[in-house]
Amino acid sequence: MTVSAIPESAIRVRDLEKSYKDLHVLRGVGFDVARGSIFALLGSNGSGKTTVVKIMSTLLKADAGSVNVHGHDVATHPAKVREAISLTGQFAAVDEMLSGQENLVLIARLRHLKNPGKIADNMLRRFSLVDVGVRKVSTYSGGMRRRLDIAMSLIGNPPIIFLDEPTTGLDPQARIEVWQAVKKLADQGTTVLLTTQYLEEAEQLADRIAILHRGRIIVDGTLTELKQLLPPAKVQYVEKQPTLEDVFFAIVGADDENGDSGEDSDAETTETLARTSD
Amino acid sequence: MNKHFFGDTAVLLGRSLKHVMRSLDTVITTAIMPIAMMLMFVYVFGGAIRTGSGHYVNYMLPGILLITVASGVSYTALRVFTDLKSGVFARFQSMPIARSALLWAHVLTSLVANLISLVIVVSVALLMGFRSGAGVLDWLEVAGSLLVFTLALTWIAVIAGLAGKTEAGAGAFSFPLIFLPFVSSAFVPTATMPGPVRAFAEHQPVTSIVNTIRDLLAQRSVGTNIWTALAWCVGILIVAATFAMVAYRRKLS
Repeated sequence: MTVSAIPESAIRVRDLEKSYKDLHVLRGVGFDVARGSIFALLGSNGSGKTTVVKIMSTLLKADAGSVNVHGHDVATHPAKVREAISLTGQFAAVDEMLSGQENLVLIARLRHLKNPGKIADNMLRRFSLVDVGVRKVSTYSGGMRRRLDIAMSLIGNPPIIFLDEPTTGLDPQARIEVWQAVKKLADQGTTVLLTTQYLEEAEQLADRIAILHRGRIIVDGTLTELKQLLPPAKVQYVEKQPTLEDVFFAIVGADDENGDSGEDSDAETTETLARTSD
Repeated sequence: MNKHFFGDTAVLLGRSLKHVMRSLDTVITTAIMPIAMMLMFVYVFGGAIRTGSGHYVNYMLPGILLITVASGVSYTALRVFTDLKSGVFARFQSMPIARSALLWAHVLTSLVANLISLVIVVSVALLMGFRSGAGVLDWLEVAGSLLVFTLALTWIAVIAGLAGKTEAGAGAFSFPLIFLPFVSSAFVPTATMPGPVRAFAEHQPVTSIVNTIRDLLAQRSVGTNIWTALAWCVGILIVAATFAMVAYRRKLS
């Protein structure tokens, strides 16, 4: 593939290997992410998800294998890759001492864009942060912080976005806010690669799911394909107790949008979890 | 060099200067300890210390200024450490910006923050009776010496900030630096010290820097002291900057 040609895949990873001293974290990881799709890299803690993201976003060098992002090899053309991507790390990487508005302006300036102030104001509006825009980020809630974090990643409209565990540590409401933001992104044609340890999150968002386990991709497919790998469903009558999340939303009164997207799949998820752990 | 190097460094410098201006307590705490020491030494111990003629504050101010810088750079380490731990560092490094811009922004911020603390300390010294008949050129030389000294310690601070595992750990490197002036000519003439201590005091970097600044402020000839002082500072600067750059690169691979 030549560098200038627009490749079919937004991201192409082949035979990726990485060790930290004696710890063999990645043992030949490979997958493709189609342009404009949402791809979920699912795995438990320590499965190597963050390492893969770091290599794709040019923060870490691989020991072996190749990674091609937006038509550029991360090893040979990291600067080109950085122009096409945006990284939202595991912990909201926002500047606590600055206001939300200043954080956004900072990123717009660093991306060498015109009218950074206007871009920042647009983002504040888009992520419902207008009211708190001038407040110091250290006063933000976890959900607000994450939304600002994602807003910062979107400045300059990078065609590919990496979200490393975007909802870890968030409360259910904030998590749904993030999901909505991610769905909107994909609707606008952005390629999203997200990592998660929650099956439900992958189910909710992803067009394609790959499960990373002990440094290898053990399954890679659409949700339907993955479900076919499971033993056939048995019909059982189980009394469904309300989950703590149901109780939470019943008491605090969830937004209208939250209700329909969040809960239906609970039973199903629990079932999937039970079966995969067999 | 990246074509955006100066622009990116300026943007990031603006950012960390905002940090300094919004946490003026860090600048003030940097100044308070040396001021407290200055008060102690001048009004408590000073009467018993024989340093020749002249006000004791004139004698000990150079050492106090070095202590100010030594405690100020711990905040430099802390700022570097915070960027690294909060993920801000990773965010910037995954963006199309000049890769070393963040490091230089921190170094320049360190110079500005220390300058503010130094001005505060010198103002207090003036209130306490510090006087110098030094001319503009002498003061420029004093400023130059302090600048090179601050740069040298700043690069050490960058290493500490990059290598630190905890916040306290990142800042701890500055304690030995703060105590170095006590075993030098900063507060008492080295001639009164016993043999081995005196040998150490006379051959460690602080003594030559203190003597240089003291002579400049007293309008005495600085002799070869200034070259020894410069050699120390530039030497430390080069070694520390090299290690800091290596540590910085390693964070990126």
